[in-house]
Amino acid sequence: MVDYPIVKTTDIKAAVDALKQKFPDAIQDDTRQGYGGIIVDKNHLVEVATALRDDFGFDYLSSATAVDYLGISDHMEMVYHAYRTAGGPALVFKAQTPRDKPEIPSLINVWPGADFQEREAWDLYGIKFPGHPNLKRILLWDGFDGHPMRKDWQEAYYEEDHKPFESRWPGGWVHRAEERNIYGKNVKYPADFDLSKLSDTSEESHYADLGLGVSVQKLADESHIKTDRLVVNMGPHHPSTHGVFRMIVTLNGETIEKLEPVMGYLHRNHEKIGERNTFLHNMPFTDRLDYLSSMGNNLGYALAVEQLLANGARYQPPTYRAECIRVLMVELTRIVNHLWAIGFLLNDLGAFFTPALYAIAEREKILDFFEATAGSRMMCNYMRFGGVFKDLPERIRGEATRVNDLVRDYDTMEFLTELINERLPRSIDELDQYLTDSEIIKSRTVGVGYLSPEMAIAYSAAGPLLRASGVPYDVRRADPYSIYPELDFDVAVRYNGDIYDRYLIRLDEMRESLRILKQILPRLERTRGEAIFAGNKQHTPRVPLGEAYGRVENPKGELGFYVVSAGDEKGPQNPWRYHVRAPSFISLTALGPMCIGHKVADVVAILGSIDIVLGETDR
Amino acid sequence: MPTLDLRELHNTEFPVPDEMQGNIAITSLSRIYNWSRRSSMWPLLFGLACCAIEMIATAAARYDLSRFGMEVMRASPRQSDLMIVSGTVTKKMVVPIVRLYNQMPEPKYVLAMGACASGGGPFKEGYNVVSGIDMYLPVDVYVPGCPPTPQALLHGLIALQKKIDGQSLANFDDVPWYGVGPSEPTPIPILGPDIIDPRQMDLIRQQAELAAAGKPYGVRDLPPTIKPEPAAAPKVPAKTAAPAAEPDDPEKAARLAKREAALARKRTAQGEQPTETPAPAAEPAAGDQAAPKKFDKEAMLAKIRERKAQKES
Ligand code: SF4
Repeated sequence: MVDYPIVKTTDIKAAVDALKQKFPDAIQDDTRQGYGGIIVDKNHLVEVATALRDDFGFDYLSSATAVDYLGISDHMEMVYHAYRTAGGPALVFKAQTPRDKPEIPSLINVWPGADFQEREAWDLYGIKFPGHPNLKRILLWDGFDGHPMRKDWQEAYYEEDHKPFESRWPGGWVHRAEERNIYGKNVKYPADFDLSKLSDTSEESHYADLGLGVSVQKLADESHIKTDRLVVNMGPHHPSTHGVFRMIVTLNGETIEKLEPVMGYLHRNHEKIGERNTFLHNMPFTDRLDYLSSMGNNLGYALAVEQLLANGARYQPPTYRAECIRVLMVELTRIVNHLWAIGFLLNDLGAFFTPALYAIAEREKILDFFEATAGSRMMCNYMRFGGVFKDLPERIRGEATRVNDLVRDYDTMEFLTELINERLPRSIDELDQYLTDSEIIKSRTVGVGYLSPEMAIAYSAAGPLLRASGVPYDVRRADPYSIYPELDFDVAVRYNGDIYDRYLIRLDEMRESLRILKQILPRLERTRGEAIFAGNKQHTPRVPLGEAYGRVENPKGELGFYVVSAGDEKGPQNPWRYHVRAPSFISLTALGPMCIGHKVADVVAILGSIDIVLGETDR
Repeated sequence: MPTLDLRELHNTEFPVPDEMQGNIAITSLSRIYNWSRRSSMWPLLFGLACCAIEMIATAAARYDLSRFGMEVMRASPRQSDLMIVSGTVTKKMVVPIVRLYNQMPEPKYVLAMGACASGGGPFKEGYNVVSGIDMYLPVDVYVPGCPPTPQALLHGLIALQKKIDGQSLANFDDVPWYGVGPSEPTPIPILGPDIIDPRQMDLIRQQAELAAAGKPYGVRDLPPTIKPEPAAAPKVPAKTAAPAAEPDDPEKAARLAKREAALARKRTAQGEQPTETPAPAAEPAAGDQAAPKKFDKEAMLAKIRERKAQKES
């Protein structure tokens, strides 16, 4: 059957060459300045993708990103990053489509994980995906006017394309758009807007294909009692949805037949704002993606922009001390996140708040350290392109709370040593001891929410969700960054793919993080006093043209930033495209299939075991 | 948990015999009503975004919201008194939020936690972001910060308690729920091409007519630009001049006098001695005129000693 060589190597170039041999006229190299990967003719996209998956081993679609090149080459583009779960760098392939009638065949049958991402591209860019069975808006509501991420779409408060806005800087006198428009909220209506037809249609599409509604004829027919499926709306206000997340659940009795996630209730236009911002401006915004692990987000974004900067002339990579501090922060963040996740998983299982209180108490200790170092407990805004913003302080004191200074005055290294060597291991053991063998937890979680390894890969699940299904895929090992190659740790993996294993794997990962942290401590001692920043600090770096995809293993899974620098020849100050591959968002694709057949009470626990955060899901 | 001390409530106008002190308090209806209400504020268990994490941290062991009788977070709006709007309000989410608010029984309060809930915050420019929940709901306390630390949230909640202390059963303007009959629900926004506030219907209609006639949508005249005066040294921004209230500004003086009068009325309505009532804390401006009460250590110590003696006797 196969008439071309099957490439079993991690070398991307070899794979591309073989691919070209197979599809000679469908594939071109992407020769734009600073770009890489291949451009696939969209008519052959599905075939190429299938070959990539089946014959070349790129079984994991990490991200699918839409880009609008209005004014540059006047087309739209979908950028796909595919990986092998065996490890190695990405194969980037792109498909282009004209702006006036954008259409790209759907890859949902090749990688079901493309589902939500294609819906997002439709919602925000208006790209149609023939072959997608459920192509409707995902982040905005039905009936919204336009596709807001297009470069020619302007938001209500539009002032200029790029910050800093003239109106605010350097003059500092402000006329906001909302002051000028006589609408309080500066609403813009389309030209054919008809007030008499005004109605809220945003809910209809959710229910359209559920076959609901009472049929009067059937009611009148009394010959037999008809039982019906029941549709339950969970959320967006629900005590356990981890934020404003909504699920429309179709029940047969107590059993779930269908579950449809509805999101966008926290869609705060991260990417649109990100494209107005300068590169550095975006750093504090990344904090607010996965707001439990802001340090990890910082690192991901810094890596992406550093990749771009590395193409330029005067780039110096971060110093060794900076890398050590970064890893320290990121691993502490992982512990914070997993503590929180376990605490709230137990919450979802009905152990209302007690385990969470234990988890939060430990978290506070780490937050104290963050606060002393970065100045903020949660929104650290700590990393910069080429280093970190500040060295570790000599002593830990409360910055926000003078009152607490007396109880919080330690030598930083002593504090960290005690935290890492004693306090955190103890509390992790404590959680382990109280929870792992608990009869109630086991009976609620073992075998519930099963996700097979094949499904996990197909649905592009990431992080603990993927590894608990027996796929030992961890970006820190598969595609290493920072100083992870020289650190000694294992990729935690569990094989049963149920909630219980997802709980266990978080314990494992925290222990692995502690192992890493223990290796970081002597490195910090050794590099004390060394520079934390390479080169000069630049507030508005001129970023060379090109694209970059920076990805890190965040606590919730693979976090990727796809950043395009385009336009200005001198090197623009603002990203042309700033896309976040959010692990929570993409892992949710698997939620529906995971829940089918379980009881409605398990939905909450399954959702808790994925560990989503809405800031990142909706962006 | 502080023990209940009835003397807190006691109105000193009416003497209570010494031996009954601590068992009996004579007070005004407003006061006891407010006191009981503000000591068991049940917030709606309801998190929107990042700020919610800090709200949870506030409720947890270290900051311990239960010290103020507020730890009972209710998942149902029908059982809660306080809505802590903790995070970014998006256009998609404001519809359920207004619904939830309408379902809360009166008396009900809203606390806007963080920059986003107060005014849009970092995401204000976003096409799906509402610039503050106060566009739709009446907010009692704003807590600045992004996110506010747990201490700041606690401070906001204490400010809310003080505000409740200052409310009066006799003043319908201040607190609508003491009036007769049910109050109007807040109209629920409609998600059309963009969000539509039913209260603005007339305005929208006018605009639609303008559009139908082929005219551009109405544009308001710009308010006069506040530019730093060219003659002045450019380094001094307008900031320094702005906050201090010019005492010779007649309009402002009139307003201040009015407010003073209103406050005095309120105090008499509560049957309290004006000196003992702290100014309602929700109005930051009020602090400017009422000279801040100094902490009198001697008096405090004397009081404590007195209490001790009473207990022992
Ligand atoms: S104020 Fe800041 S922390 Fe709070 S919700 Fe908004 S962005 Fe998040």
